[in-house]
Amino acid sequence: MKKKALVVSAAGAVLALALSACGGGGTETPAAEGGGTSAPAAAGAAGFNAGLENVTNPSDKKGGTLKMAVTEDWDSVDPGDTYYGMSWNLLRIYGRPLVTYNPAPGAKGRELVPDLAESLGQMSDEGKTWTYKLRAGLKFEDGSPITSKDVKYAVLRQLDKKTFVNGPTYFNDWLDLPKDFESVYTTPDVNTDSAIETPDDSTIVFHLNKPYAGFDNFAALPATVPVPQAKDTGIKYRDHVIASGPYKFETVEAGKTYTLVRNEQWDQATDPVRKALPDKYEISLGVEGNDLDNRIIAGDLHVDIAGSGVQPAALGTIQTTPELKERADNPVAARTWYISILGDVPPLDNIECRKAVILASDRVGLQNAYGGQLAGDIATSLMPPSIGGWKKLDLFPTASGDEAKAKEALTACGQPNGFETTMTFRADRPKEVAAAESMQQALAKVGIKLTLKGFPTSEYFTAYAGKPAYTKANGIGLATNGWGADWNDGFGFLSQIIDSRTIREAGNYNLSIKDPAVDALVDQAFAEQDTAARDAIWGQADQKVMEGAYVLPAVYAKGLLIRGKGVTNQFITGAFDMYDYLALGVQ
Amino acid sequence: MTFLQLKDLKIHFPTDDGLVKSVDGLSFDLERGKTLGIVGESGSGKSVTSLGILGLHKGGRAKISGEVWLDGEELVSASPEHVRSLRGKKMSMIFQDPLSAMHPYYTVGDQIIEAYRIHNKVSKKVAKKHAIDMLGRVGIPQPDRRVDSYPHEFSGGMRQRAMIAMSLSCDPELLIADEPTTALDVTVQAQILDLMRDLQRDFNAALIIITHDLGVVAELSDDILVMYGGKCIEYGAADDIFERPEHPYTWGLLGSMPRLDREVTERLLPIKGTPPSLINVPSGCAFHPRCAFEPRNGGKGRTLVPDLVETEGGHLVRCHLSREERRDIWATEIKPKLES
Amino acid sequence: MVTYIIRRLIGALAMLFIVSAVTFSIFFVVPRLAGVTADDIANRYVGRAATAETVVAVAEKLGLHDPVVVQYGRWVKGIFVGADYDYGSGVEFCPAPCFGYSFVTKQPVWPDLMDRLPVTLSLAAGASIIWLIVGVSVGVLSALRRGSIFDRGAMIIALAGVSLPPFFTGLVALSILSYGLGITAPGGAYVPLSEDPVQWAYSLILPWLTLAFLNAAAYARLTRAGMLDTMGEDYIRTARAKGLKERVVIGKHGLRAALTPIVTIFGLDVGILIGGAILTENAFSLQGLGKYATTAIAAQDLPKIMGFTMLAAFFIVVANLIVDLLYAVVDPRVRLS
Repeated sequence: MKKKALVVSAAGAVLALALSACGGGGTETPAAEGGGTSAPAAAGAAGFNAGLENVTNPSDKKGGTLKMAVTEDWDSVDPGDTYYGMSWNLLRIYGRPLVTYNPAPGAKGRELVPDLAESLGQMSDEGKTWTYKLRAGLKFEDGSPITSKDVKYAVLRQLDKKTFVNGPTYFNDWLDLPKDFESVYTTPDVNTDSAIETPDDSTIVFHLNKPYAGFDNFAALPATVPVPQAKDTGIKYRDHVIASGPYKFETVEAGKTYTLVRNEQWDQATDPVRKALPDKYEISLGVEGNDLDNRIIAGDLHVDIAGSGVQPAALGTIQTTPELKERADNPVAARTWYISILGDVPPLDNIECRKAVILASDRVGLQNAYGGQLAGDIATSLMPPSIGGWKKLDLFPTASGDEAKAKEALTACGQPNGFETTMTFRADRPKEVAAAESMQQALAKVGIKLTLKGFPTSEYFTAYAGKPAYTKANGIGLATNGWGADWNDGFGFLSQIIDSRTIREAGNYNLSIKDPAVDALVDQAFAEQDTAARDAIWGQADQKVMEGAYVLPAVYAKGLLIRGKGVTNQFITGAFDMYDYLALGVQ
Repeated sequence: MTFLQLKDLKIHFPTDDGLVKSVDGLSFDLERGKTLGIVGESGSGKSVTSLGILGLHKGGRAKISGEVWLDGEELVSASPEHVRSLRGKKMSMIFQDPLSAMHPYYTVGDQIIEAYRIHNKVSKKVAKKHAIDMLGRVGIPQPDRRVDSYPHEFSGGMRQRAMIAMSLSCDPELLIADEPTTALDVTVQAQILDLMRDLQRDFNAALIIITHDLGVVAELSDDILVMYGGKCIEYGAADDIFERPEHPYTWGLLGSMPRLDREVTERLLPIKGTPPSLINVPSGCAFHPRCAFEPRNGGKGRTLVPDLVETEGGHLVRCHLSREERRDIWATEIKPKLES
Repeated sequence: MVTYIIRRLIGALAMLFIVSAVTFSIFFVVPRLAGVTADDIANRYVGRAATAETVVAVAEKLGLHDPVVVQYGRWVKGIFVGADYDYGSGVEFCPAPCFGYSFVTKQPVWPDLMDRLPVTLSLAAGASIIWLIVGVSVGVLSALRRGSIFDRGAMIIALAGVSLPPFFTGLVALSILSYGLGITAPGGAYVPLSEDPVQWAYSLILPWLTLAFLNAAAYARLTRAGMLDTMGEDYIRTARAKGLKERVVIGKHGLRAALTPIVTIFGLDVGILIGGAILTENAFSLQGLGKYATTAIAAQDLPKIMGFTMLAAFFIVVANLIVDLLYAVVDPRVRLS
C-alpha cells in the first residue's frame, strides 16, 4: 500500500504538466482527477536538453498526421510477442495494459499509473495475490466490451513461447500455473484459475508462485493488453492487432509501413492517461539511418521510433549547428556498455588480477571508444543512474588508468609481470572494436597482454562470448557486453544479468558474475515489498558486483535525439529514456 | 590528259614523338587500262599513299600537300564531301585480309548493296540483283544463295572475290588493290590475280596494285614503282624493273621473290637490317644503313639525299652510285646469283 | 535453336539447384562444422530473455533438429507442392511456390518477394534506360572527339561516377535536392506505377539518377573504349572507302559493332539489378528486393535469404539466357548449338 501512496502523491506533483495521468489514482484521488485536463499548460521549454525535464511545445490541439519511422522493423506489433523498448512505448497508442507509465518528463515518467485498471494492484497474501478492477465502458475497436477475461486470455496466450518467442517470460516464471497447462492453443480446456481468476467481467486476480511486491511492473507489461480470444490468430495476430487504445491499425505491411487511425470505440472518459491528439499515425519501416535523420531535421518526419539517438553523421551536424542543437536532447539511457571479466580463466579467478584489469584500463579512452561524451558518461557501476537504488560508487578511479595501483594488484595476485588472456568483441560494431583496442593498449602498459578476437553480433552470445563451453575452452578472459533495462527498476535491469542461476548452455549475457552473495541479494529483492527498501537492495547488489570486480563498466549510454518539427508535447520519459509516444501531437 | 597524276604528294603525321613522313614527295602518272604496281616493305608508305588518293586521310591529323589529279580534278584541295562522292564510284579500293575488311555483322550481299546504293538511286531489289550479278561475275558459285551469307561463312578466296565484287559494283575507273592476295594461299593467289586481270580488261579501269611481293605484280603490271621510306626509289616499266633493275633495294626485293624452283626460306640477297623508322629517317639516302654498296660511293649516302633521276626511257632511279657502277654490279654480281 | 533453349533451361534449373544447396549449406552445414548447434541457431530467433525450453521448442518448430538433408528436402518440397504452417492457433496451408515463412517476422516469404519485386523492377527499368542512353551517348561522343575538352571532362566525371558508391551520391543528392531545394521526393516515397504514374516517376527520379550515374559512368567508359577500338577496325575503313557518309559509318558500322559487348553487359547488369539494387535501395529507403535482402541477412533469416537468393539467381540465369540468345541475333558469327 505504501507503494501506491507514493505513486499517487507523485502523480499530484506533475499536475502542472497538464497530464491527466494522475486521474489514474481513481476514486481515492478525486481532486487530482478534477485537475487533470484543465490545468494550465506550463510554458513550453526550448533549447538543448529542454525535453529532459520539461514538456516542449505543449499543446492540446488535435488533428494532423504524426509521421514516425525506424531503420528496421522491430520484433512484432503483437503486444504478446515483443521485447523492444520502442515497441513497448509505442504499442500503448493502440493497446492498453492494466497499468502503464505516467506520460511525464524525466523520472516522473517512471511512475506507474493505472490504465485499463481503475487503480494500481491490490496486493494480498503477502504479495502472492494481486487484484485489479477494470474501468467501466471499455471497448475493443469492433465495439465489443473489454472484460477481465480478455486480459486473462492475453496473458495466458503469450505464455506459449513456442509461438510467441520474443516477449519476456516473467509471467511464465511467476504465475502459479497448473502442471498440465501447456498453451491456450494445445490445452485450451485446462483450468487456469490457480494462476489467474476472473470472478467477474471487471475483476482480474493474479496468483503468483512466490511473493513479488513489484507486480505492478508486470501489470504494465504489454502482455496485459487485452486480446479477444475469438480474434486471436496466433502468430498471425500481428497482422491485425485488435485495438483497445485510441488508435487502430488501418494498414499493416510487415517491414514496410503501418498506418493507424482513430479507434472510434475508444472513449476519452475511460482513459485519463492518453490525450490522443493526432488523427493518424504513419509509421515507415526500413528507412535508411542517415536519411531518417535528415528527414527529421528537414521536417518530413517527426519521430525516430528507435529512440536510441541519431547516426554519427547527424551527430556531428547537430553539435556544430546551433539551431539544430536547440532541438536536441541528450538523455542518459538505462543502458550500460561494459566489459565482462570472466573468472573462469586463470589468473582472472583471482580477484586481484580482475582488479588489476579495471585499474589499468583507460576509462576516458573507453568513453571515447563508445562515442565520447554525448554518447555516454563514464560508468562507475553496472547499474545505470536512471534505475532506482543507484548510487555513485567510488571503488575504482575513472581517469586514464592507474598503472601503479594496477601493478600493486598484479603483485597481490602473484602475477607481478602481468599475464596473457583473450578478449572477445563484436567485430561488426566499430565502437566495440575501438573499446577492445583501447583495452589492449592500456593493459599492455602493466604487462597484461590481450589477444583480440572479433565475432559477428548475430552469433556473439549464442556461439561465443555467451557460451561457457566456448569461453572456457578458448581461455576468454574479457568480453565486451552491453545491457538495457526491460523496465527501469533494479529487477528490470539486473535480474537477467547478475543472477548466476540463470546461466545456461548458450546465449548468456552474463558469464562473469557468479557470486552467491549477489544471488542472495537478488532473492532478497524479489521478496522485499517496500519499493525504497527493494531499490536499496538492488543498489547493494550493484555494489557487490563492483566489489567482486566481475565487470569493468565503460559508459552509461546516452543518445542524441532530435525533436521533430511541429511536434507538440515532446519530452523524454524516464520509463524508456526516449520520447514518450503517448503525449505527442502535431501542430 | 593523264587520268591519274600525283605531283609531289606528301602525307605527314604529327605525333608526340615527332613528325612521321609517311609519304614524302611522291609523283607518278597512270592511264586508264594500265596497271601500276607499288612495291615496298611495310612502312614504306605505299598503303598511306593509296588511302591518300582516296581522300581517307581528310579530316584526320594528317598534313597533306602536293596534288592528286584524277580525270582532270584536283583532289587534295577538293572538299571532303566531294571526294567522298567519288569514293566507291569513280575510285574504289580492295583491301588486304577481307575477313577484317568486311563488316562481320552484315551479309556479303548487304554490304555490296550498300556500296551500290550509295551512288545509284535504285531499289533494294534492283541492288540485290546487281549484287548477285557481281558475285557471279567474280566467280562465286550459286551467287543467288551466297548473297545472303555472312563473310565468316566464306572461304578466304571467296571473301576476296566478294570484296572485289563490292569494289567493282559501281564500275570504278580507278581501282586500288592493297595487298589483295597476301592473306591467301598460293593457288588462290593465282586465281585472284587472274580474276583481277580479266576484270581490269573488262572494265578498262586504271589499276594500282600495292604489294610487298614483286612476284604479285610481275605479270600484272605495266609499270612498277618501288617505295622506300616514303619516297620512290625506282620507277619504270615492268620489264625494265625486272630485267634491268638499278637500285640496290630493288635487287634485294628481287632476291626475296619466292620462286617455284627454290625453297622459300632461302634468300639469295637478303636485305640486312630493318625498314627505317619514319620519325628518325636516316640522314642522306634513307637506304644507306642497309645498303651493301654504300662504301663504294665514298660516304655520300650518309649525308646527301640522292635525287630521282632518269637513267633511260622513263626509268627513274634514286641512287648515289653512277649508272655505270649500278649496271656493272647488276650484270656481274647480282644477276648471276639470281639465275643460279 | 529450340533444343538449345531447352538445354539452357535445364542448365538454368540445375544452376538454381546448386545455388540453393550452397546457400543452404552456408547457413547450416558450415556453422555446424564450427560447432554451432541447432539450438544455437534457434537462439537467434527468440527474444533476448528466452529460456532454454523456449529455444529448444523453437528449434523443434523450425525443424532445426532434423538432418540438414531433411530440412533441405522439406524446403524444396514446399516450393513444388506447398507446405503446412502452424501459427499457434491453427494451421495454414502455404500454396506452392512456398518459400517458407520468415523465422523472424513470421510472414510467408513468397508474397513478400512478389510485393517488393515491382519496386526493384521500377528502379531497375528507369535507371537502366537512363544509364544506357546517357552512357552510350557520352561514350560515343567522347570517342569521336577523343582528347577534346568534352572527352576529358566526361571521363573525369565518369571516373567519379564509377568510384562513388550510391549510398554516398544518394545521400548527397537527397540532402541537396530533396531536403535543401525540395525539388525531388524524399527517401522512401515510392508510389506504385499502377496508382499514379506521375508520382511514381517523381518518387523514383532521384534513385534512378543516382543508380544511373554509377552505371552511366561505367557504360560511357566502356562505350568509349569499344568505339575507339571499332573505329580503328578495317571494316570501318572499308565503309569509308565505299563513299559512305561519316554519320552512316559511325551509326551503322561503328556503333553496331561497338554496342554488341555493351548489350551483353547491359543484359547481365539488369539481371543482377533486378536481384536487388542493394545500396541504392538502402540509400533511398526503397522497399525493394535489395532492402529485403539486407534485412534478411542482418537477421540471418534463412527462409528470406533463400527466397531472395533464388529469385535473384533466377533473374541472373534468365538474363544470361536472354543475353546469349540476343548475342546470336546481334552477332551472326555466334551460332547456337
